[in-house]
Amino acid sequence: MTWHSTYDFLRHLADSWGLVAIALMWLAFAAWPFRPSARASNKRAANMIFEDQTHGE
Amino acid sequence: METLTTRAGMWFVLLVLAVLASALARDTAFAVHMVIVGLAAGIALWWTLAKSKIDLVGTWLRPDNDETKYDDDPVRWGVLATMFWGVAGFLAGLVIALQLAFPALNFEPWLNFGRLRPLHTSAVIFAFGGNALICTSFYIVQRTCRARLAMPGTARFVFWGYQLFIVLAATGYLMGVTQSKEYAEPEWYVDWWLTIVWVAYLLVFVMTIVKRREPHIYVANWFFLAFILTVAMLHIVNNLDMPVSLLGSRSYPLFAGVQGALVQWWYGHNAVGFFLTAGFLAMMYYFVPKQAERPIYSYRLSIVHFWSLIFLYIWAGPHHLHYTALPDWAQTLGMVFSVVLWMPSWGGMINGLLTLNGAWDKIRTDPIIRMMVWALAFYGMSTFEGPLLSIKAVNSMSHYTDWTIGHVHSGALGWNGMITFAAMYFLVPRLWGRTRLYSLRMVNWHFWLATLGIVFYASSMWVAGMMQGYMWREYGADGYLVNSFAETVSAMWPMYVARAFGGLLYIAGFLIMVYNVWQTIAGNLRVEKPLDDAKFNPDADRPLPRTPLAQAAE
Repeated sequence: MTWHSTYDFLRHLADSWGLVAIALMWLAFAAWPFRPSARASNKRAANMIFEDQTHGE
Repeated sequence: METLTTRAGMWFVLLVLAVLASALARDTAFAVHMVIVGLAAGIALWWTLAKSKIDLVGTWLRPDNDETKYDDDPVRWGVLATMFWGVAGFLAGLVIALQLAFPALNFEPWLNFGRLRPLHTSAVIFAFGGNALICTSFYIVQRTCRARLAMPGTARFVFWGYQLFIVLAATGYLMGVTQSKEYAEPEWYVDWWLTIVWVAYLLVFVMTIVKRREPHIYVANWFFLAFILTVAMLHIVNNLDMPVSLLGSRSYPLFAGVQGALVQWWYGHNAVGFFLTAGFLAMMYYFVPKQAERPIYSYRLSIVHFWSLIFLYIWAGPHHLHYTALPDWAQTLGMVFSVVLWMPSWGGMINGLLTLNGAWDKIRTDPIIRMMVWALAFYGMSTFEGPLLSIKAVNSMSHYTDWTIGHVHSGALGWNGMITFAAMYFLVPRLWGRTRLYSLRMVNWHFWLATLGIVFYASSMWVAGMMQGYMWREYGADGYLVNSFAETVSAMWPMYVARAFGGLLYIAGFLIMVYNVWQTIAGNLRVEKPLDDAKFNPDADRPLPRTPLAQAAE
């Protein structure tokens, strides 16, 4: 592959399938905590920092 | 005994190598730097041999690996280092602000603007901000993992190695050693040293997460991990340089021309995104809920905030290169991602602010909460201003003007400064086992001085920047530019003075903080009226006498 065709390949990958793949990944990661079954663990995770009221000692 | 000999031997070899490198150095600056490295190795050697144990600030070389306690010595040193470098960095900023208004203050060659400016930016970002990040990350990762810090010796190396990096960088700037890349000025050997320290930092952090007793990894640690990993990647790629000599301070970059410019601003903008945003957001996600004593408004939103920031920020860099030789599509890409970035930024701000839902009265009674809320407000303001400035049409006017400087400082002074101050005020009484801070009223003073300072700074730079931008592009009827460059400079003089005054207020507030922290550590409590006293009258706190009531009944 010449330098220019490498550039051309990567540039078109980036604005087509690459973009789609990254957008889908983002969507999956962002949607993950919204599973109904995650409700309890979200609540627990948010309150976890208060379990060491005595400064953790 | 054998480990002691190995350790001492290692420091001794390093000392000899530094002395040799200093003697054979190609230039003075490199020789001076190797003397500094030799001094550092010498001090480490002395401490290893003396097996010194200084109880006032903790155990220096031999942490007592007691797994039932958190390892807070490096955190305490980090707080002190944050205070020290804060004074140095803010002072350098005030001096260069005054130099712009009064050019006679440029003392050649060591203390002119060109050398003090990187000293200021590195001191506030990497020394003040970096120490705050290292110490808060060590504090938070232990508390949220419910485990003692892993690799205590390496953690100590991270702290002291980072201080050596700061000293080498700062002295280098004053001697004129620079690779002329904004926020990446230190030369190749300092870059290599920082890489070693940073990988050690990553190791300590990851190993602490690995040995955690708490199954869930709290969201603050996600932000810290993203910050450490990304900064490692950015630092290495942007500093791919070839040294001219292994005994000299010059090097040349691998990337040239527009590729070099893009790599630099990919680095530069993500230093903002991951050092100054992700890292400080980690502080926000721990200290705001802790100080407000209520959980984060939405844990789900914090996860969306995290992934959106990570996925978007990395593409925003090209907006620093609008209307340059960078391909047009890349400029547009940078602009679009910068504008989209507005949403997760505000999502994070709203998440932090709404944590106070049902406890908004704390803003009135708790000056630390007030600082945190103000930090979030400035996070919101500067993450709105940033996307605005990245739009090409706006950028054609604002680029290269002082509007950019104003924008950076509303983020740096407002967001990074305020959240760091609040985190330090939270940490100091806890780390030194005091019942409370020396004075909450002084925190209040600090808050107002800092706020007023930012108002002066940001508003003067808005006016200066827009005036400058419009003066530069003003054409007369005959098609010639109306203003010369020197005319725009002299027109900005009042704004430069106002900016320096804002900086003076900001550093004055910080000096009050230093005094307050000093007194807290010394164990003193200031006798003062509390900020939140509900009215109580002991004279009226008794049953009513019998007779007047009986009379009233008749």
